[in-house]
Amino acid sequence: MTDPIIRVEDIGKTFGSGMRFSLAKQADEVRAVDGCSFSINRGETLALVGESGCGKSTLGRLLLRLIDPTAGRVYFEKTELTNLPAGRMRDMRRHLQMIFQDPYGSLSPRRSIAQIIAEPLDVFGLVRSGRQRRERVADLMTQVGLSPTFMDRHPRQFSGGQRQRIGIARAIAVDPSFIVADEPVSALDVSVQAQIINLMQDLQRQKGFSFLFIAHDLAVVRHIADRVAVMYLGRIVEIGPKKQIYRMPQHPYTQALMSAAPEPDPERKGKRIILEGDVPSPKRVPPGCSFHTRCPIRQEICSIERPPLREVAAGQLAACHFAKPFPIPLAKARPAIPA
Amino acid sequence: MTVPLLKVDNLAVEFGPKSHPIRVVDGVSFEIPPGGAVGIVGESGSGKSITSLSILRLISEPPGRIVQGRIEFNGVNLLDLPRSKMPDIRGRDIAMIFQEPMSSLNPVMKIGDQIGEAIMLHEDMSGEVRRRRVIEMLGLVGIPDPAGRLDSYPHQFSGGMRQRVMIAMALACNPKLLIADEPTTALDVTIQAQVLDLIHKLRRTLNTAVLLISHDLGVIADVCERVVVMYAGRVVEEADVRSIFRAPQHPYTRGLLQSIPRLDDDRDRLYQIPGSVPLAGSVKKGCPFYERCSLRIDKCAEEMPPMFSFGTDQRAACWVTARQADAQAKEATLS
Repeated sequence: MTDPIIRVEDIGKTFGSGMRFSLAKQADEVRAVDGCSFSINRGETLALVGESGCGKSTLGRLLLRLIDPTAGRVYFEKTELTNLPAGRMRDMRRHLQMIFQDPYGSLSPRRSIAQIIAEPLDVFGLVRSGRQRRERVADLMTQVGLSPTFMDRHPRQFSGGQRQRIGIARAIAVDPSFIVADEPVSALDVSVQAQIINLMQDLQRQKGFSFLFIAHDLAVVRHIADRVAVMYLGRIVEIGPKKQIYRMPQHPYTQALMSAAPEPDPERKGKRIILEGDVPSPKRVPPGCSFHTRCPIRQEICSIERPPLREVAAGQLAACHFAKPFPIPLAKARPAIPA
Repeated sequence: MTVPLLKVDNLAVEFGPKSHPIRVVDGVSFEIPPGGAVGIVGESGSGKSITSLSILRLISEPPGRIVQGRIEFNGVNLLDLPRSKMPDIRGRDIAMIFQEPMSSLNPVMKIGDQIGEAIMLHEDMSGEVRRRRVIEMLGLVGIPDPAGRLDSYPHQFSGGMRQRVMIAMALACNPKLLIADEPTTALDVTIQAQVLDLIHKLRRTLNTAVLLISHDLGVIADVCERVVVMYAGRVVEEADVRSIFRAPQHPYTRGLLQSIPRLDDDRDRLYQIPGSVPLAGSVKKGCPFYERCSLRIDKCAEEMPPMFSFGTDQRAACWVTARQADAQAKEATLS
């Protein structure tokens, strides 16, 4: 039984050349997102993974209608967001929140922590008195592991990890049903990363919101995702349940991404798939399968015909003419590190 | 025992006014054998970059200053050399590449001229010979059509290609040691794999020693033979790469290894080290990891542990694990 909270149909975003009368207009267009369709169920976490410029952040912003799509539709529950008038969209935002990558850039340096966290509460009129407001802020700070006694301090007095906790408190303040987290741990130190991932996981279990978790690293989302979608040049090339994606990736790009990440284990090096060349510019997406210029298993058809996203295993879809299971060997039992 | 190519001994670096100095690197020692690869791993504020900059004396003074220690390269203490001698060392004997290749390249100078300049500073050769050398270097680092790219500008290259150009420039004079400070951090993972592969290839063909600075234990495991773990300006553990990953002895190294998300890991929850990295210079006495350590005892708050030996090739600065290892060794001899 599926119960989608967010549904996306064939969504696309093309950024123009900026030159209205340019003859080169067509050539300068950037297809950031191109024909993506998927849904996210209630209480589910979908991880969206891809390298820089693949369109993952643009897609995240499209879901919240922070930018408007140039094609396709987004539904939140039964409501189509894409054509909603501004006033109603504003009311909707209570249910849709975002956590940003840069904990330094996304918090106003002039405001106190209490002001930052309470802002969405004020916007949606969820608190009546100043006292109630402070109580609510204190409660939220406790939930994200910050001491409420710091309420009147400013962001500069906090570390990166603590700032990300503030960002999370602000996002959950209005009790949203869907949160987009755009690379929420990429800017953090390794030892703090784990704290924030665990915190988000705990909060989700308590509150039951749905999550789109954007990352460039497949390992980071391993613990938090229910399903994983892999993006390349504006398109989803593979999507499926976490277990299958990590055990049996079927798209050659997913396989390359997995094997490219250097493992923190000196005895497992040297078995990488190394892709040739760079990601092509989204201004000049290759014809056919956009991955064919770097693909280790390409055939003639790949440069001519674009492969559709098709089911390759239960619930797992891959856009490749030659998709095949690629078993990732399970780790040899790693000796436990003493605690 | 081979003579080390580089020997850093008891290095300390301070910033800020002399009346209230902030010590950001304290008592750091390690060695690199000729042709070896050593990694320094640490989180922000651990002092790993300051350590690497100190080797080439690239710390701006003021506000920074090296207040203690020796940096011996081929037996010569670089800290004894007059500052004016350093440009002879940089690029010729020791070269360095940085995290962000775009800001390390001159945007208005052709790639061929930039690499040629690096050669011209140290070697006397005719324009034509130099040109051939530049083409050879660009080919070596895997730039397609090297002769055709001599007249390109940095903005015409992608991030991964720029890092290759930086590596070509660094290696143009055949240095004995390459210091790479987070060389792949700004790159995508598929491009990172290409650059790491290139570093392997160059080590095999040129036998250049590498000092790799990174926050990423995966990158360190891939390239290095020895690992130095830094925390809050100090070396907390140092060992061959296998011991670091198989039998880490410092609680920080253990926590760090356990908190890394891994692809092949079915754990439901990540291990987390509580708290956060202390600010540089904020730990006045005792072990800098005390606040976050699960093994701490009272002594740790009072006295900074020295580096204890664990086996022949591993050292860690921890009172508790050293005692445990001692007790185990005694038990083993009794039974």
